Amino acid sequence: MSVRNKISRRRFLATSAMASVPLAAPGILKAQAADTIKVGMPTILSGVVSILGESSVAGAKLVFDEFNAQGGLDGREIELITRDSRAKPEEAAKTVRDLVNGEGCNIIIDAEASSGSFAVQEVIRGLGALCLHTVSEATPLSADPKLHVPTAFRSARQGIHDAIGGGAYAAEIAKEKGLKRWVTCSPDYAYGRTTTAEFMEYAQYFNGDIEVIGEAWPKLFQPDFTEVITRILQWKPDALYSALWGGDLVSFIDQANLYALFGQMETFSVNLGDYPVLKAVEQLPEGLRSGNRYNKSVPNTPENNAFYDAYVANSGSLPTNWSWENATGATFIVEALKEVGTDDPNQLAEAIKGRTIQSPFGVDGTLTMRAEDNTLVGYAVGYGVTTPQEPFITDFHTSSWDQILELEAEWKKRQGFA
Amino acid sequence: MELDALFSCLTSMSCLITQTTSGLIIGMLFFLVAAGLTLIFGVLGIVNFAHGAFYMAGAYFGYTIFQFTGSYAASVLGAGLGAAVLGVLFERFAIRRVYGENVLLQLLVCYGFVLVADDLVQIIWGSEYLSMGMPPAFRLPPFFVAGGVIPPFYVFIIGIAALIAAALWWLIERTQYGRIIRATSVNPTMVSALGIPTPLVYLSVFALGLFLAGLAGGLAAPIRALTPGMGFSVLIISFVITVIGGMGSVAGALVAALLIGLTRSFGSIGFPLFVDGMMYVLMGLVLVIKPTGLMGREEASRP
Repeated sequence: MSVRNKISRRRFLATSAMASVPLAAPGILKAQAADTIKVGMPTILSGVVSILGESSVAGAKLVFDEFNAQGGLDGREIELITRDSRAKPEEAAKTVRDLVNGEGCNIIIDAEASSGSFAVQEVIRGLGALCLHTVSEATPLSADPKLHVPTAFRSARQGIHDAIGGGAYAAEIAKEKGLKRWVTCSPDYAYGRTTTAEFMEYAQYFNGDIEVIGEAWPKLFQPDFTEVITRILQWKPDALYSALWGGDLVSFIDQANLYALFGQMETFSVNLGDYPVLKAVEQLPEGLRSGNRYNKSVPNTPENNAFYDAYVANSGSLPTNWSWENATGATFIVEALKEVGTDDPNQLAEAIKGRTIQSPFGVDGTLTMRAEDNTLVGYAVGYGVTTPQEPFITDFHTSSWDQILELEAEWKKRQGFA
Repeated sequence: MELDALFSCLTSMSCLITQTTSGLIIGMLFFLVAAGLTLIFGVLGIVNFAHGAFYMAGAYFGYTIFQFTGSYAASVLGAGLGAAVLGVLFERFAIRRVYGENVLLQLLVCYGFVLVADDLVQIIWGSEYLSMGMPPAFRLPPFFVAGGVIPPFYVFIIGIAALIAAALWWLIERTQYGRIIRATSVNPTMVSALGIPTPLVYLSVFALGLFLAGLAGGLAAPIRALTPGMGFSVLIISFVITVIGGMGSVAGALVAALLIGLTRSFGSIGFPLFVDGMMYVLMGLVLVIKPTGLMGREEASRP
């Protein structure tokens, strides 16, 4: 055997070994992938409200990226698997089954609109995965004991909390300015109807002089609000309450400006205070009363400002209400993982139940996942006044959580939920 | 039902003026979209389910041109032309292959285009809501006429839409090109036998229809939030208008659009919870009484 042949053999072996690396790599990568903690996330990534999905993913990703950068859970990183439900509840339900049974996700972040979340809740009941509802604000999802699932939590706002805080604020302004005749204009589906009813219930609870003289229910994603705007003008109210949101709210304001509507009545809009809406409205009227969604000055802390900066740097877009709600859900997951050291859904649920986390979105710097109904409390609730320039919302009035919790308890009794 | 409120509105000059002008503006904007839809169906026999996507494209083109030029006129014209160019490409590479095919196949091609268009808009302009804002020339307080409120911008839109309706009528009824279109819609084989290139006629009609859709998107951009998928809601109402007016009839589309506009405007006073329902009741009534629509033809040959 010649030297050349020997060298050739060595070279052959070395080359073979090198060549085998790419062949073996998928197996290695697969083994690594199998070792990740898989978090499934059904959300809306296409169509009119794709911003919901994009900002939800960005919010959750910000937290998970940081967790992974710090080494994950003993080297196990979180792998976020997103799926587009196209705003269809049946698709959201199917997607969750696929994520749990097919992808092996023990953890689900449900970033669906309310109709999808109710469907997801029932799927979670059957599958037993850990679920964080991060978008739905419909109160019954967590308040109705019949819907309770031990491994499902809500890290989003809850309609009744905003209604109590907003109702108290509206009642105070109504007393001050003598606003007695009110009309409402909200989207014609479960969220719009329940949110509006709850807000007006508490506005009237705090101020008995308030009377609702008209209700307009435009369809979701209706392109033209002209007939609704002229109808509101015909009622000649003192004040208007609206739960319109997103692009519908932008269109409504643009079209209502043409009729000088906002100069003729005091307006309370629970969903106006979101950056994408505030930035989109080219002629934002001054003096509208806006509910808090997400604003870097509410609460005005270095932590909240840091979240805003990090979010913008990471995603290249402005944070929304959905961003903080998803970042919060993700934080609860990360904290629970650190505590229990496994992605077992039942152990994680036990760790999240009643847990208090440090958070830039809490009024006192903390947020709590209330144990009695697996829902979030302690976030910033309140109203401010619009101004056309940054920070867009000024004179912010923070609602008292003592009052919210007391009245919520009474409300639950009346509803038969407690 | 709030019939007393409706009666009170009908007897009040201020309410009559406000609701009539709001009915006209609702109707006229829908007419521009529906006119293209019905024109394409009348000549090509294609139910263009992708029509809303061109309305959306027009709105986004208009928005972008306005950002660069600050000229609303340029943005509206660019919106129409941009949608027409897109339409030419769509006809040349997709729709032309399904002329005379099963309507389900046409639907599939159009639906595929809608999905691609929505995703492209999301990639290019992002998923955030965009608003062009009112052009400075129209940032005026509303007119108050006998207590009624009329926004100056809406007077402009109604005027422009009326001009376009008149121009369309003239083009179709009084020009050689219009005669060719009408002849092609009835007997394309004979038109072809006379040496007129019918594929070019189809292409030009498709482009014209989508020019109108894009124009409507550009005109409406200052008062509509721009989002991916925004064309869908406009499409549904445009189909209702097309069916009521008669598939293929531009004049019918105008009458139906105004009828729908006024129904929605006064309906919001008299039956606020049944405004959309009333629109479909109206469509059902027309279909029962006159199945071809208010001004539709009995039948026509298709390419």
